[in-house]
Amino acid sequence: MAENNEIKFDDEVDITDKVCPMTFVKAKVAIDELDDGEILAIRMNDGEPVQNVPRSMKEEGHQILKLTDNEDGTYTLYVKKVEE
Amino acid sequence: MAMTDEQIERYSRHIILKEVGAKGQKKLLNGKVLIIGAGGLGAPAAMYLAAAGVGHIGIVDADEVDLSNLQRQVIHTTPDLGKAKVKSAKETMVAINPDVEVKTYRMFVDASNIRELIREYDFIIDGTDNFPAKFLINDACVLEKKAFSHAGIIRFRGQLMTYVPGEGPCYRCVFKNPPPKDAVPTCKQAGVIGAMAGTIGTLQAMEAIKYILGIGKLLTGYLLTYDALTMEFRKVKLPGRAHDCAVCGDHPTILEPIDYEQDVCEETAGRFATKAEQES
Repeated sequence: MAENNEIKFDDEVDITDKVCPMTFVKAKVAIDELDDGEILAIRMNDGEPVQNVPRSMKEEGHQILKLTDNEDGTYTLYVKKVEE
Repeated sequence: MAMTDEQIERYSRHIILKEVGAKGQKKLLNGKVLIIGAGGLGAPAAMYLAAAGVGHIGIVDADEVDLSNLQRQVIHTTPDLGKAKVKSAKETMVAINPDVEVKTYRMFVDASNIRELIREYDFIIDGTDNFPAKFLINDACVLEKKAFSHAGIIRFRGQLMTYVPGEGPCYRCVFKNPPPKDAVPTCKQAGVIGAMAGTIGTLQAMEAIKYILGIGKLLTGYLLTYDALTMEFRKVKLPGRAHDCAVCGDHPTILEPIDYEQDVCEETAGRFATKAEQES
């Protein structure tokens, strides 16, 4: 388990190389691999991904924990997996 | 096994779906479906299952591609004339999606080979055009405890139902026995509209996909009928499993598949009203 300042996470995925809808698809494939309650850190570009990926993750039923500005044009979203 | 980046992109529109996701797509990639008949029903079913990434698809047909097939059997093209249908079908499926392993069986199914043939598959699609084959497939699926989709098409009308072991009636519960020879016009004599065949074959592919994914409701215990002229779909509730059914009943008398006499014209396909429909 890796750690940043505040949130411990179980896996991370970088979607800065993708555009919609592959941003969400890549993040979704990553979270599908996790167990219930585990946390995924998703690094994404500012703009469209920040607008859409958190919302899509929420619609899937997962819990959004935090969105951190990395101050390099990217953000990291921490999502807790909620299995149905 | 993890999906490759290419697979993630190819199946992205599936993966986005909440009901599918990466897990569902992996189920499809591990799925095994046998399509019996590479004709009007089997053609769209095979193409959609290949496109969907159903990883192992078997296709059975003894015939060659004929010019009169091309009006509805969209998996075959004009340069395929004279080619074995299973070969032509496989070429199209692999061209759509090289991820898919296609096994071809250039043969007629009969009582001697069908049980072994279906054994390695999860779901069977009946895309045949004659009653003896439809009863043969039903009985074999009941005996081997395999789920399958039945369909029949003629003129502007089609029908389909799904059998899942232990979950409702089989085809024989509903239709008892093949109709007398010549009682039902054949596809060749009666004609058939290609787009209607495509609709029904596509619905069969949809049933296979839902079965593999374990989502939604299947047409178990229902007959869905489609009349393309009036544009009416009817979902007819069927009676439950027949306790006196000769193959799935309480005291079955059919313990092995039966070869009924093949009609003179092989292209017999069709539909006749179920008891439930006649009453409704």
